[in-house]
Order: sequence, then C-alpha cells, then structure tokens
Amino acid sequence: MYGKQSSGFSNSIIVAVVAVILIGGGIIGYRYLSTPSNQTPVTLTGSGATFPYPLLDTMIKEYQTQKPNVLINYQSIGSGGGIAALEGKTVDFAASDAPLGASDREKAPRTLHIPETIGAVTIAYNIPDIPTGLHLTGRVIADIFSGNVTNWNDSEISMLNPDVSLPDKEILVVHRSDGSGTTFIFTGYLSLVSDAWEKTIGQGKTVAWPIGIGSNGNTGVASVVQGTQYTIGYVELAYALQNDMTVASVQNPVGGWALPTLDTIKVAVQSAASRGLPTGSEDWSNVNLLNAPDQQAYPIVSFTYLLVYQELNVIPGMTHEKATELVQFLWWVVHDGQQYAPGLVYAQLPNNVVQLDEDSINSITFNGQHLQTS
Amino acid sequence: MDKINGDYLFQILVALLAASAALILVITGYTLVSGSLPVLEQFGLRFFTGTSWNPVEGREVFGALPYLLGTLATSVIALLISVPLSIGIAIFLVEMAPRSVRVPVSYVIDLLAAVPSVIYGLWGLFVLRFWIVDYIETPLSVNLGWIPLFSGTPYGLDILTAGVLLAIMVIPTISSVSREVIQSVPNSIREAAYGIGATRWEVVSKWVLSYGRSGLFGAVVLGLGRAVGETMAVTMVIGNTVGPAAIPTSLFKASQTMSSLIANGFLESSPGSLELSAYIGVGLLLLILSLDINVIAEVMVSRILKVRGGAIG
Repeated sequence: MYGKQSSGFSNSIIVAVVAVILIGGGIIGYRYLSTPSNQTPVTLTGSGATFPYPLLDTMIKEYQTQKPNVLINYQSIGSGGGIAALEGKTVDFAASDAPLGASDREKAPRTLHIPETIGAVTIAYNIPDIPTGLHLTGRVIADIFSGNVTNWNDSEISMLNPDVSLPDKEILVVHRSDGSGTTFIFTGYLSLVSDAWEKTIGQGKTVAWPIGIGSNGNTGVASVVQGTQYTIGYVELAYALQNDMTVASVQNPVGGWALPTLDTIKVAVQSAASRGLPTGSEDWSNVNLLNAPDQQAYPIVSFTYLLVYQELNVIPGMTHEKATELVQFLWWVVHDGQQYAPGLVYAQLPNNVVQLDEDSINSITFNGQHLQTS
Repeated sequence: MDKINGDYLFQILVALLAASAALILVITGYTLVSGSLPVLEQFGLRFFTGTSWNPVEGREVFGALPYLLGTLATSVIALLISVPLSIGIAIFLVEMAPRSVRVPVSYVIDLLAAVPSVIYGLWGLFVLRFWIVDYIETPLSVNLGWIPLFSGTPYGLDILTAGVLLAIMVIPTISSVSREVIQSVPNSIREAAYGIGATRWEVVSKWVLSYGRSGLFGAVVLGLGRAVGETMAVTMVIGNTVGPAAIPTSLFKASQTMSSLIANGFLESSPGSLELSAYIGVGLLLLILSLDINVIAEVMVSRILKVRGGAIG
C-alpha cells in the first residue's frame, strides 16, 4: 500500500480512464438503443401473475418487432404484487390469475377485467405401470386431498377404475407451498364439488392443507411427483404437458370423462362463456369456468386476466399518446397475439370471449375520450 | 477563511456511515413491528403460541409456534452434524496436514461457502433427498420405526433432510472460522504442552481447543445464524406443511421453518390483508430469535473471556 509513491497516481489514472469509458459507452449505448427511429419511445409497464408470463413475454417481444417505438416492461412478481401495483397506480396494467375481490375493487375502482388466456389445473400422479387416464371424480379428488381417502386401492378409486389394478399403497399428496393462482383455481374447484371441502378448508391461494407435502412452484410439485412413487399432485396444464406427466381424466358434471388438453379446456371456456359473462367493468369475482356442462369439457379451468383502469387519467404521467399505445397493445393481445398461445401450450381465447374483450377495450377512455384501438 | 480540518470531516463521515448500520436495524425493527400490528392486535400472544395457520379469507387464524419449532429443530440437527465435522476439519488442517494438503483443502472449503443457497437447494431436491431416503431413512424406519423420533413413512422431504442440507451449508462457515481460531493459538502453548510430555490428542483437546473456545463458540454461533436464516434451500427440501402438521415430532415429518413460510406465502398475499401482516409478524419473530442468539453468544463469549483471560475473542 505505502510502498511506491507513484502507484496511487497511476491507479487514479486507470480509474479515470475506466470511468470515461463506462460513462461514454453508456451515453452512446443509451442513444443508440433508445432511439432506433426518430419517434420518442413510449414505455408501458405492467406487473403481476407468473402463470401467463411465458406467453406475455413472447407476445411483448413479437409486438415490439412490429412497434419498435413501444417499450413494454412486464414483471412477473405474482398476482398479489400486481394488484398492489395497480392499486398504487405505479403500473399501466396488471395481470392476475384471480379476479379482484370486493376490497380490491374498492381500492381500484373502475378496473376492467380482460381475460387474456386460459389456465387449467391437471391432477398428476405417479403410480408405477399406470399410464395417463386414471378416472377420478371431483369428490374423490377432494377426499384424497383432504386425507379421507388415504390408500390407492380404496374402493372410491377402484370403483371408478374397474380395469386398472391399483396398488395397496399409501397416497402421498403433494401440494403447492407458495401462494399461487393454481392453488386458487384447484381449491375453488374442490369447494364447488365437495361440501366437506368447502366447509373445512375452502378456497385460497394458500389454504390450511390437512395432509401432504408442500413444494415450491409447478417445478417443485412436478419434481416431487415424478421422483416419488404413489404420489398425487396438481400442476398447471402447460407444465404437465411439457413434462409428459401422467394425468387423471376428470369427470365433468354431465358425466363425460375429459383429459386435460388444449381442446378440452377451450371447449370448457366456450361452454361457460356461452352461459353469459359479466362485461369487463363488472364484478368478476363470481365468474366460474369450473365444471362446464359439456361432454368434452375438462372441468378445472379458469381465466387469467389483464387488469386495467377504464379511465386511464387516474395513472400519474399518463398521456393521450401512451393511453392509445396501451389500448392498441391490449387489442393486439386478444387478437393477433393469441396465435402464439398454442406453441407455448396455452389455450386460445374462444370467439365469444374475444368479443367481450373487444367491448371492454373499446370502453377505455383517457380524460373521457375514447381511444383508437387499431 | 479557516483551513478545513480534513481529519474532522473524515471523522464525521465515518461516524455517519457507522450510524447507518444502527439506523438500518431500527428501521427494520420499526417496519416489522408496525407491519405486524394488525395480526398482533387480533391474536395477541396466541400468535406466538397458536398452531393453526389458515390464510383463507374469512377463516383467518395465524399461529407461528410450529415454524419456530421447525426452525429450531432443523438448526439443532444442522449443528449436531456440522460442529464436530467442522472442528475436526479445522484441527486436521492446522495441526496435522502438510502445507501441500492444507492450502488446496482450505481453498476448496472456502469455495463451498460461495455456492449460492439455491444451488444447494436444487441439489438437495434432486440428489440428496434420494440418498437420505435410501441409505438413512428407510433402514432407520424399518428397524427403529417404533421410536417416535423415527416414526412415519419417510419421503426425504422432511426435517432430517433439511437439517443435513443445512449442516453441509454451514460447514464452510464454521470450519473456516475455527481454522483461524486454532491457527491463532500461540505456538508457545503447544510447545509448553509437548514439553511436559502431552500426546498430540492431549495437546489438541486439552490446550488448543480450550484456549480457543470462545472463538470456536463464536464460529458455531455464526453457523447457527446462517442455519436459522437460510431460506431457499430449506424451502426446497423441508416439505412445507402448515398448521399442526408442521410441528416437528419425528425426523421423517415434513415441517416448515419461519423463513420458508415467509418465502412461500409472502409474494402472493394480498396487500393490506391479515395474512400479509402475519408473515411480517413471523419476520419479527425471526429477527427477535436471531438477535437473541447473538446476544446470548456475546454474553457467553465475554463470560468465557473473564474466566480464562487471554482467550481469543
């Protein structure tokens, strides 16, 4: 340290040179990157659910190749965080797997629900030599996850599967340990099909699981189910299909057996939507795509939503130009953007839902003025 | 104009930097207390003694006891395994190993401390848990299953796996601090011991370890601190049960620690909800536990110092 007088001096020269290079490079880089054309870029920010993130991310990248002057920044921090950001008006849009409840609707009045894709929950299991398609009804699933049915050869299960020889083994239930929209949908379904579940456990992003093992994320549940014999768990459809998991065929209310596929969940949404959905500005908390009455419909299905204020001037810093870009992006997401869904194992919105979204997006205003959607 | 007193300015600047550390602790404490007020007002002491945990809207009950026990159980298992191992490593490296072994081995151990905890967690989930089920838990369960400590069907996602994983994670911390401590025991002590005819075992156990024991205790407390606060790796292997099911009654039982509970639930809890307040309350409990560990350690170290003057602090 104190050895040579000159070392301190030459060090400061090096520091100065590095600083100049960094700062200069930063300025040049910023200019180069931020103004690809002469237009001033518009930045839209959003945050929320992790479930639709892979799809939203792809959509945003594709959209930016068409509209290089619009920068869209979506952070997948979880539905709860997204709703908090929307209420704090720190983002232009949010994404959530669950619709807003009463207290959140009060904190973020006049929020539009815009379904942008569909989620489904699969019942994945690992029993040696038993392939995909084990038959389970909602009530039996509820009995397994609440610990009333504890053995794979219980008569409740074998009655539904006369052709399958079920092992005399204890069932290990695997559930999500983190708060998640997937759990919300799954426990909502169980509450719907089983009074006992509704009374004792109920619906939530996390619930008081009476039995089983918790694992973090779809990855965690999938890894425990795939790595441990005689397990049963629930995972998001895309995750189950991509990982070739063995999944149960679940009975719908009209008696049909449906495996979870993109087709069976689209049928479910179509059927549920044809029975009527609220408009975008109404209360969505009771919207239910579960148990759609169609022979082909898979019963555990749910929307995931983009949330946006109907009157955009409540967001600080919002301009007419920015509001227009936001509305055009939303319009693109529910139309052209849908083509990227199947490739990523998400279901495309059926036409009746797209029409509903069109009405919602058309109703968005800035300072009372309607905005150009395309 | 007076010449600016550089020393004085420097003194103020450094004092401010030092004060910022205390300030951060105060702000953290304040945030945790104010954030957990709603849940503390509603449940009072039952928040610390209750065992139910239900975040479902309209049925909210929050009791943090199982996770406090889970944290203590996994940390104790981790220390039981890692302390003898780490001190053994340190003794070998300082007292016995030739330089050509000591340098690379010390380097590798220090490197282990730099592995991010999520890597340990993934390795625990995909590799370690199967080893533990196959070679430890299944034999124990088959032969000694009647002992409550080994009851239940082992799946490898439980307190034992979490404890073993934590032990592996704290070994680098404890062993490298112990190494420093043992190294700084003056050679005159060893020479004196050998001089009166002590064997190597006697020198190490009676003089070296005893001389450095406050320092070694400090090393163990550092390890305990890491074990108590560790989050990601534990979350991946502990099984994450909630409510009464999380009370650690058997080594093969899935449980949950305070930090894993927070990591699991915090992100998706609704803003302003009682659930969010409950997670902050658990955070407060965790902070109190960590502070307690440090205070107890300070007190014990200073006692030992008083009893045996000249020990290394």
